[in-house]
Amino acid sequence: MGDKILLAHGSGSRLSHDLISKVLAPSIMNPVLARMDDSAVLDLSGRLAFTTDSYVIDPIFFPGGDIGRLAVCGTVNDLSMSGARPRYMSLALIIEEGLDIDDLRRIMESVKDTAAEAGVQIVTGDTKVVERGKADKLFINTAGIGLIEGGTDISGSNARPGDKIILSGGIGEHGMAVMSQREGLHLSLPVVSDCAPLNHLVSAMLSVSKNIHSLRDPTRGGLSSILNEFAKQSDVGIIIEDEKIPVHDGVRGACELLGLDPLYIANEGKLVAAVAEADCSKVLSAMRKNKYGQQAAVIGEVTTEHRGRVVMKTRIGSSRIVDMPVGEILPRIC
Amino acid sequence: MKFIDEFRDPRLARRLAAKIAQISTRPACLMEFCGGHTVAIMRNGIRQLLPSHIEMLSGPGCPVCVTANRDIDRVIALSQVPGVIITTFGDMLKVPGSYSSLQQARAAGGDIRIVYSIQDALQAARDNPNRPVIFLGVGFETTAPTVASAVLQAEKEKINNFYVLCHLKLTPPAMRALLDLGEIRLNGIICPGHVSTVIGTKPYETYASDYGVACVVAGFEPVDILQAVEMLVQQIEGGVARVDIAYTRGVRQEGNVRAQDLMNEVFDTADACWRGMGDIPESGLRLKNRYDQYDAALRFELELPPVKEHAGCRCGEILRGVIRPLDCGLFGKACTPENPVGPCMVSSEGSCAAYYQYGVNNG
Repeated sequence: MGDKILLAHGSGSRLSHDLISKVLAPSIMNPVLARMDDSAVLDLSGRLAFTTDSYVIDPIFFPGGDIGRLAVCGTVNDLSMSGARPRYMSLALIIEEGLDIDDLRRIMESVKDTAAEAGVQIVTGDTKVVERGKADKLFINTAGIGLIEGGTDISGSNARPGDKIILSGGIGEHGMAVMSQREGLHLSLPVVSDCAPLNHLVSAMLSVSKNIHSLRDPTRGGLSSILNEFAKQSDVGIIIEDEKIPVHDGVRGACELLGLDPLYIANEGKLVAAVAEADCSKVLSAMRKNKYGQQAAVIGEVTTEHRGRVVMKTRIGSSRIVDMPVGEILPRIC
Repeated sequence: MKFIDEFRDPRLARRLAAKIAQISTRPACLMEFCGGHTVAIMRNGIRQLLPSHIEMLSGPGCPVCVTANRDIDRVIALSQVPGVIITTFGDMLKVPGSYSSLQQARAAGGDIRIVYSIQDALQAARDNPNRPVIFLGVGFETTAPTVASAVLQAEKEKINNFYVLCHLKLTPPAMRALLDLGEIRLNGIICPGHVSTVIGTKPYETYASDYGVACVVAGFEPVDILQAVEMLVQQIEGGVARVDIAYTRGVRQEGNVRAQDLMNEVFDTADACWRGMGDIPESGLRLKNRYDQYDAALRFELELPPVKEHAGCRCGEILRGVIRPLDCGLFGKACTPENPVGPCMVSSEGSCAAYYQYGVNNG
């Protein structure tokens, strides 16, 4: 097999089979996948959560992760935020002609490691190769299935006045790590992506409380988007305190430089929860025992005032509205 | 973070706010000229900390906002010339011209690239020697020296496919025009921080001596701004008007002489058209004749469609401080950051966007 992906690798020929059997499948093999039938056959019963997502990140390797880890984490986290235990995933690759096969190997290794960490199995997949320029190196599409235990009802619509808002750690790390790699910015930041599977963190939270009302991971659009979604879907107000929100110094510095607000920057390994006040401290201490929740903090609370709006108390004692981000986030002019 | 946290110290901020409340006995109307200050004031909710008789107006200090429709139309037309690469700061992308925006021009096939520095534009010119690369030069005295140095660099390296579409503007003539219009009665001006780093404080002296307006140069953190307001109130209460610097860590009286020399080397002053204020004499910069070969407006003479202003848009009055964003009938209804009608809603440093983003309650 050559060094680069050729169009022939997607043609259904022996080359395709070689690619699948030598590069793609070995790292993620499991009994369901090993049958190599047209569809995966699963034994599942109970309430299911089902999700899909696509990953088109540029660059495909970034500080703290790569597109493979991102694809697994994104899917695992989407399931986890419904309170589901992630079980199975699909993985479809759209590869641009010319991609280094070694890069593909690295990405599959990373898929394997991340899936093992999360305890999910990749049970079905697909590979397509498109002409140079028709895709950008590698696109990944996934779907995921998870099981929800009886009694769990977590939704962005369930936040209630009096709930505490918990954030699992520092914000903006994924977005700034990726942005620093973009052409033209030439930033060398001491920041790596926080890309991580959060299902074990969520399990730990669910094991100590039945009163986790809302749960979401602040990916694109950042913390501000998620809080605004909670406020609108639950028809409540949310008040947060600037000084309680953890932000890595490197993220803060880069945001200052570019005129960006960490509240709007993407995360891939953080969650936000609305939790009944009575359960707040036990949820918090369960979170802090997990490696992805060590910096967890209460950043605010849900209120009956200013319904549908998120308000932030500033460090100097005033307050301001935190709105949804608008369109593409562009660095300022001066 | 060192050198920033000191200027966000909540105790210091509250102490300054208390001092202002204590010494301020009469109504005062202050204007922050610079869009960066507008955002900082809104984002930190500074108005809530000031006595209600201190009025704060936002001025025309956002370079994106004051760029005239005609000038946006020109760069959009340039972007459709075959082979041309337009390089621009990101903020300009969404600004509506008479008929469309650069964002729409890009979707229509224009090669329009966001750069973070004019050096990236120069690099694009080196990388594409057979294609004209035009940098959209929008900005104030903060941006102008970097444009000047890029032109000199292009000359030195004999980069012959690099052009600047020069819509750079100067702050002091616009301030004077605003005062001469007489629509608003100002007692004090929060003078721009970064612009003053370059030009120093001398250009403001006339506003103090000839117009009796107190002037203080401010930085961009909450403590910086509160300190500037406190210094302005001191002057106003004492019945004096002079130019003070609250932003001493960034600004010297004489400014940055080297940057000024660069600007003088490359640019002449020229009349410029400001959105909302019209043509203001000697308020813009153009490339000196000896740098004509880098002037995109001379290299590409295009026929432009007639300029069309947006009905109902009151950005002009907002930029002059005559009305506040909330007074515009379109604000938050027909005009939102998702669907901006006027530039003040587009730019991250526009007053309307700041009011919208950080909450009308702060206004």
